[in-house]
Amino acid sequence: MELLVALIVGVLTAGGIYLVLRFRTFPVILGMSLLTYAVNVFLFSSGRLTIGAPPILSDDVTLYTDPLPQALVLTAIVISFGMTAVAVMIALGAYLGSDDDRIDDTPQDREGTS
Amino acid sequence: MSHWIILPIVLPAFVAPFIVLAARHHVPIQRVLSLASVLTLVALSAGLAWQVSDGSVLNYRLGDWAAPFGIVIVGDRLSTLMILLTSTLALFVLLYAVGSGWDARGKHFHALFQFQLMGILGAFLTGDLFNLFVFFEILLIASYGLMIHGGGDARLKAGTQYVLYNLIGSTLFLFALGSIYAETGTLNMADLADRVALIGPEGTVGIRVAAVLLILVFAIKAALAPLHFWLPASYAEAPGPVAALFAVMTKVGAYAIIRVYTMIFPPGLEATAGLHTLWLPPLAVISLAVGMIGVLAARRVDRLVAYSVVGSMGTVMIAISLFSPEGIAAALYYMVHSTFAAAILFLISDLVRTGRGGVRLDAAPPMAGGALTAALFFAGAVAMTGLPPLSGFLGKLLVLDASRSSPWAVWIWAVILSSSLVAVLGFARAGSMLFWKAHDETVPVPEEENPVAPAPLAFVAVGGLIAALVLHTAFAGPIHGYMTDLSADLFGAEAYRETVLDGIGKMIVPDEEG
Repeated sequence: MELLVALIVGVLTAGGIYLVLRFRTFPVILGMSLLTYAVNVFLFSSGRLTIGAPPILSDDVTLYTDPLPQALVLTAIVISFGMTAVAVMIALGAYLGSDDDRIDDTPQDREGTS
Repeated sequence: MSHWIILPIVLPAFVAPFIVLAARHHVPIQRVLSLASVLTLVALSAGLAWQVSDGSVLNYRLGDWAAPFGIVIVGDRLSTLMILLTSTLALFVLLYAVGSGWDARGKHFHALFQFQLMGILGAFLTGDLFNLFVFFEILLIASYGLMIHGGGDARLKAGTQYVLYNLIGSTLFLFALGSIYAETGTLNMADLADRVALIGPEGTVGIRVAAVLLILVFAIKAALAPLHFWLPASYAEAPGPVAALFAVMTKVGAYAIIRVYTMIFPPGLEATAGLHTLWLPPLAVISLAVGMIGVLAARRVDRLVAYSVVGSMGTVMIAISLFSPEGIAAALYYMVHSTFAAAILFLISDLVRTGRGGVRLDAAPPMAGGALTAALFFAGAVAMTGLPPLSGFLGKLLVLDASRSSPWAVWIWAVILSSSLVAVLGFARAGSMLFWKAHDETVPVPEEENPVAPAPLAFVAVGGLIAALVLHTAFAGPIHGYMTDLSADLFGAEAYRETVLDGIGKMIVPDEEG
């Protein structure tokens, strides 16, 4: 179980970093999504992996799972979802405006007048 | 428990949606609401700073849940100083945005401005690391909107870089928080300080990784080399008043480093010994050098100013990386100074853009309102390069003085002194190109009329910021004394930890009915 989760986090992160380093908006945004999946699973496992235990206090149970990471993951999911949407919109605007989806600095950027 | 401390976060959080919902088509009403909100924030921050000036700590338990189970908002001398700095800067920046008409060039400027303030003020006030992440996201998402305000291809392109870079930063932040939670089981800063101190010399791998990840995140925010690449392009392309407000955003990173690495991972801590004291000083020195070389190489005014921000953050980080009370005091004094100085220069570069119709450093005919702009540029350049009589000079002296006993002292002195000379050269070259070469006979006279001079209110805003710098210089003695007292409290932070953890609030009680 631990090995499986660790592998998932590792593979997602590796894939995400590879895509982010492509420097074109579409792969970078895909890579960002993979990285956020990785971090969500990672956050979830930071409260230890417990199976079949309730995350809430009740009288006849002695083994609990930590509820806090679940709340943290929920917050992180909402935020990263919103952020990805914003990134897609801005990247789309930039692509339509300049007809180019590279995100590293090109020489004409540095010399541009504006 | 006083409720005043939550108001700097709640007020902009209510004003912003009200502006969107009720006044979206009426720019004058938006301006009045936004200005009223910022004026109230200045008064509130001043009141809070006054309240804690005796060294007491304000603690606010959200929902009255006791720490470390609930989230706390904490105001001590450091955080109230930062919110006072932010709201004062915001007031003048907003005046400039109204005066120059920037706020009417796109929709929702004022709403985003308020959300941005909410995020920055919240980041300074929160006492919980995950809540710090949430406020970082609030300030970032508002800054994405502000950054591309007014549109334009170059700005959108720079905006994309800025957004993606910061998204990666946020992901790193979450990884850091996950590791910290896995190692300690808490995210409340005061509680973390207690628990991290208990970790023995064995089994420190996890917490060391977490400490390094966290400082990476804050270093991205503070634009520390080699993580500064996002800053020049995005600050240069952002609208003038927005870039001026962003001058305080790099300081959020510096604040977070001061807070976390004096309280949770202090330099004497066994578990993380030597981590930040080894890596930070050389990187800070490199940032200063990179920034000032960038100033000399810049061919546009806005890039010049953006690189000078990287350089001044280098100076701030040099002072912080000493991790001594004198170093932190010097860092704070220079931080207040460099926030105002950078904001002044960003606003002036916007004045130049309006007056000349461009920001390239090449010969062009005299601009409208050139004499006043030139005088303001001169004052801003004197402040940024650290020449007497303004506070940049005093700030650099304090940093040099504090670094005397550091093992890096030779490097720090050499780079600060030589980079000041380089910066003076860079600014002198830019100033003479912008304002003196304009009167050369060789410059071709344009066919159409010059662009109109900016509105008087814009000049008033820049003048107000310069006045703030003059006050910062005139009262340097008392201000620095206050900062020295404050810095002595930061290491160990007994008052902070006691106030947060001893606060009585609701606890979880088992339900009677089961």
